[in-house]
Amino acid sequence: MDRQVNEAQLHAYVDGALNEAERSEVEAHLAAHPDDAQRVRAYRAQNEALHRAFDAVLDEPHSMVVGAPSTARPSRWRWPMALAATFAGGAVIGALLQATLGAARAPDGPAPIARQAALAHDAYMPEVRHPVEVAASDEQHLVAWLSKRLDTPVRAPSLASSGYRLLGGRLLPSAGEAGAAPVALFMYEDARGKRLSLLVRREPSGGDTAFRYAQQGSTHVLYWIDGPLGYALAGEISKDELSAVSLSVYRQLNP
Amino acid sequence: MAAFTAAELEALIPRLRRFARALTGNREAADDLTQDALERAWVKRELWQQGTNLRAWVFAVMHGVFINSARRARPTESLDVLAEAGLERVDESAGAETAIAISELRSALQRLPDEQRQVVLLVGLEQFSYAEAAQVLGVPIGTVMSRLSRGRERLRQLFEEQTPDRHGLRRVK
Repeated sequence: MDRQVNEAQLHAYVDGALNEAERSEVEAHLAAHPDDAQRVRAYRAQNEALHRAFDAVLDEPHSMVVGAPSTARPSRWRWPMALAATFAGGAVIGALLQATLGAARAPDGPAPIARQAALAHDAYMPEVRHPVEVAASDEQHLVAWLSKRLDTPVRAPSLASSGYRLLGGRLLPSAGEAGAAPVALFMYEDARGKRLSLLVRREPSGGDTAFRYAQQGSTHVLYWIDGPLGYALAGEISKDELSAVSLSVYRQLNP
Repeated sequence: MAAFTAAELEALIPRLRRFARALTGNREAADDLTQDALERAWVKRELWQQGTNLRAWVFAVMHGVFINSARRARPTESLDVLAEAGLERVDESAGAETAIAISELRSALQRLPDEQRQVVLLVGLEQFSYAEAAQVLGVPIGTVMSRLSRGRERLRQLFEEQTPDRHGLRRVK
């Protein structure tokens, strides 16, 4: 390929995004490179075929409106999701069993709190309509309720400085120990709809630990114990971003 | 103090539906995705910054809904769905050959990885600029270019695989 004409320019040529000078440069290149000329023709044909295949949708009648309450809308989109979640759940349980077996040999395997957070995040994160039991609009009630059920004061830290707002929260059963207090889960969301889950639970052994990191599938978890409570922040974001958010959570809880 | 009106958002519905249909390959899933995106965009309308590109912003909201939900649904996207997508009514004025080509395009699209399909559709069908596509997907423009390049090339290969098989004809170069 000529020094001046690169892959990006071929696409820009296909998409009509070049000025006249750039266009004639690409045309000169294509005249000398029949393989590239053939690709350009194929890509143009793709764009035309996309319009032939889908432009009819533009004129189809539909009954969608904006701003009307639509909770009664039957939710077909979520049925396949529920099924998929069942499969994903099976995979997660499999992974959990493996992790548990592995943990017997490797004491440094992911802590139960990290697995519980990843499992909860994977289960509730995809929910469009019911990601939480109690919405953030009722935050006072949410926090009072969860504090009562965990039998210790908990709070929902603000992640606004990281670009996430509180969606709300829910109560989860304890991870297994009989008589253990249930667990609180807060969910957050950024402007693009990306979600993070913060799990908070009693840690009978107590103490303080450093941040620890675990990963389950594409879900990353940072977890730590701070006095009587354990925290785990789970999300499909980079470890760096997760660390930054965790640090902000930690600072708010230890002003 | 709504940043945009319901009517402005509703004006985007036909294009959102077209993109969602091509993205999911399924009419009902596409309309549910569109409806969810409309609801979310309306609830979050205060976050849109006046003077910026509303269409790109709404498509970004839809992308957020899609990655939160559709990705999880993929394992159940069975061959039935693909077959159904291929059988969907095509423009009656089109000849049989065009109808076959369109149904092949639909099934080839579904065989692209999500990331590549999104870019191929945002640029090729929705005619977003590369910068706008980057904004919609929340990725650098270089990522858009490499996904576009890989997606178009993969689509071309899928077509060349399909063409001789289904028609017993080999394309003459």
